[in-house]
Amino acid sequence: MKLPHAFLAGLAFGAGLAVSGMTSPARVLGFLDLGAIRTGHWDPSLAFVMIAALAVAAPLFALSRRRGRALDGGILPTLPTHGIDPRLIGGSAIFGLGWGLAGICPGPALVDLGVAPWPAVAFAVPLGIGLLLGRRD
Amino acid sequence: MQPAIVSALAGGALIGLVSGLLWLVHGRIAGITGIARVALRGPDRDWRLAFVAGLIVAGVAARAIAGAGVAAGLDTTPVLRLALSGLLVGIGTSMANGCTSGHGICGLARFSRRSLVAVPVFMGTAIATVALLRVWA
Repeated sequence: MKLPHAFLAGLAFGAGLAVSGMTSPARVLGFLDLGAIRTGHWDPSLAFVMIAALAVAAPLFALSRRRGRALDGGILPTLPTHGIDPRLIGGSAIFGLGWGLAGICPGPALVDLGVAPWPAVAFAVPLGIGLLLGRRD
Repeated sequence: MQPAIVSALAGGALIGLVSGLLWLVHGRIAGITGIARVALRGPDRDWRLAFVAGLIVAGVAARAIAGAGVAAGLDTTPVLRLALSGLLVGIGTSMANGCTSGHGICGLARFSRRSLVAVPVFMGTAIATVALLRVWA
């Protein structure tokens, strides 16, 4: 992939995150706080981020499956599938614990580095260390 | 429709478009966990670094256009909590080989069995963590 294309893809992806509200920890925690349903303060809007993203992405993935090759002529890589193993479930649980603590997942963490370098770096540096620590090899 | 829902749909559609096109055109998964991890250490780092740069520049642009509220709640989170959360998110997503983007968007969009397990696990533990913090705080 050409580097300007990759940069533009990151730029558009990041813009999508910022527009959607996902870059705000307060918004994300407000969405995850299901206890607020009782008090009428629950903010369900972020559910629509995933709904819209899947509605657009799923047909494109389906189209790609029918073609069997990438449009740039490259072969579609076989994605690593270790099945449903303890690493998948345990890792996802650890991720959820961390996500619930501060309301930040990896994509928004990187966009927030541009919004507010400090304190975003206080999350991003341990994130990078964790990514390397959690590798399979 | 509420403005928060409109922006969630618009941002989500953009995220889905980039994710779908990255796979359809280039055969790459727009999973931020994998992109960031390999950008730190791994083969074929250049396009991944360019993608990450795009994410960060998107944050700079978002702040210039919409103000620091794009990351509302970030500056009021205690630094120690940010650091602990970042570490857990890094380890967990790396172990599970995906986060909200890789499993939540790309994985679900192609009906990956692993993602169909990972997403409820991390959503569930995140919701449980927020609920527990509500009780303690």
